[in-house]
Amino acid sequence: MKVARTGNEAFAEAMRQINPDVVAAYPITPATEIVQIFSQFVADGLVKTEFVAVESEHSAMSACIGASASGVRAMTGTSSQGLALMWEMLYIAAGLRLPIIMSVVNRTLSSPINIHCDHSDTIGARDSGWIQLFSENVQEAYDNLIQAVRIAEHPDVKLPVMATTDGFILSHCLETMDMLLDEDVQAFVGEPPERPNLIKSVKDGKPITLGALDLQDYYFEHKRQSAEGMFNAKKVIPEIGKEFGQKFGRTYTFFEEYRMDDAEAVVIVMGSTTGTAKDVVDVMREEGKKIGILKLRVYRPFPAEELARVLKGKKAIGVMDRAEGMSATTGPVYPDICAALYDIPEGRPLLLDYIYGLGGRDVTKEDIRYICEEILKTADTGKKDYTLKYVGVRE
Amino acid sequence: MTEKVFEVRWHGRGGQGAKTAALLFGDAALSTGKYIQAFPEYGPERMGAPVQSFNRISNNPIRDHSGIERPDVVVVLDVTLVGQIDVTDGLDPDKGLLIVNTPLGPEEIKKKIGYSGRVYTVDASRIAKETIGRDIPNTPMMGALVRVTGVIDVDNLLEDTKKKLEKKFRNRPEIVEGNISAIKRAYNEVKGV
Repeated sequence: MKVARTGNEAFAEAMRQINPDVVAAYPITPATEIVQIFSQFVADGLVKTEFVAVESEHSAMSACIGASASGVRAMTGTSSQGLALMWEMLYIAAGLRLPIIMSVVNRTLSSPINIHCDHSDTIGARDSGWIQLFSENVQEAYDNLIQAVRIAEHPDVKLPVMATTDGFILSHCLETMDMLLDEDVQAFVGEPPERPNLIKSVKDGKPITLGALDLQDYYFEHKRQSAEGMFNAKKVIPEIGKEFGQKFGRTYTFFEEYRMDDAEAVVIVMGSTTGTAKDVVDVMREEGKKIGILKLRVYRPFPAEELARVLKGKKAIGVMDRAEGMSATTGPVYPDICAALYDIPEGRPLLLDYIYGLGGRDVTKEDIRYICEEILKTADTGKKDYTLKYVGVRE
Repeated sequence: MTEKVFEVRWHGRGGQGAKTAALLFGDAALSTGKYIQAFPEYGPERMGAPVQSFNRISNNPIRDHSGIERPDVVVVLDVTLVGQIDVTDGLDPDKGLLIVNTPLGPEEIKKKIGYSGRVYTVDASRIAKETIGRDIPNTPMMGALVRVTGVIDVDNLLEDTKKKLEKKFRNRPEIVEGNISAIKRAYNEVKGV
């Protein structure tokens, strides 16, 4: 059904339809509404969820870990400093192979204090073992959160998943979307599959331990198995995206290629800027400029081989990085793309990086056009004059 | 893509309902089958501080998520903002429309801000006080906006707003009725059309 929802409302509605067993959460701008709206669903008896109002995000993730370790489906939502406070528990959730599902509203990290969008919060958590799905618009945020349940709980994966929206730009933007029927979402996510279950193990008289001390003798084997879950996610994510498409008409995979077929120059982008870029590229295409867009949806696991396959033969590529990685080289997405392209045997594309939109700085069509022109110029001359530019900043 | 997206900027003061106006107007446009966006500008939230909110309306899916810099229409909920901030910023004097809540006529507003484009006025605050009982000018200004632009049908606006308000004010039908007659009156009383 065609409805209008904000990003936060869409996440809350998806949570209602998923109907998790446990939600533990703590408020933080701009993600507060997600669990605030969901708590109303709990109060109205629309879900079976046990809602745990905790005293911090660290406790929110800890409570989700406890719930998930008892075999049930657990969800939460947060943003920025809240995600930062969860940090040590993020690794524990992933290391224990707990399929916790979290909506994250991308907001920059202090200091200076700022409540607006960039991707530094979730990108900072890239090595924690969480799968990360970025969303272009409210529709994708909703679709991603529903698919996240199936990806996380897949027996070959068993890793937590975060689905993200750009803070305020999507979280607080009311826009048109297609809302699925409750029964269709419930049928799609199904019942959580059987997993090692602390409570059941005690009841059965065969108690198990989760999170025990694991020193030189076995830690490496367990970490290797976790990594295997992430490798397996590369098989599972497109399968679930395809099944979602067959049922609901919107197919998902690692990335979306937009007007890429005969493109000589490509701009790589994540999140809400993609839509604006599509409008810009349509205009440039009418002018005969051979530019395309690659929208990266899945940031972890990173689809390196798949990217290399579609980017091979392009003359120049520009990465739009909505985070400052403080590496004194480039933004954080650039090195991932660079590594993906490195093994292309001949005719490797030239690669540029553009850091933009930090702390919610508006990304105008002119900014995107400037970046596209720069990439096209590089494609044209076959020579790059720089690696990194900051776009939209006063300096 | 070839068809231009219709863009609106609302100016108000914190507490006057600029955000609600954008949400209600977006919802009303959605009910006519259009694609919409409605979003506020977030800054420090203080009662009485200048605030803005925005709409995009289109017959096709809207992909643009940049800020609105060149709106087709600007709606000013509080006339005391005129002269304090540049309400015509980004408005094309040849095509843009400015609608102001004031008892003054369009010519007087034009002179006051030195603006050459098309200006419409309506005394939405008086209408709100007489119909709703409080100076909440956002719903009547929606009526004026629809009259001036014709972007959606006024009957759709009335029907959808009624539905939305009935949900919010379940036990206070007088508020719903007040808002509905406010929209109708402002629709009829806009000056400059």
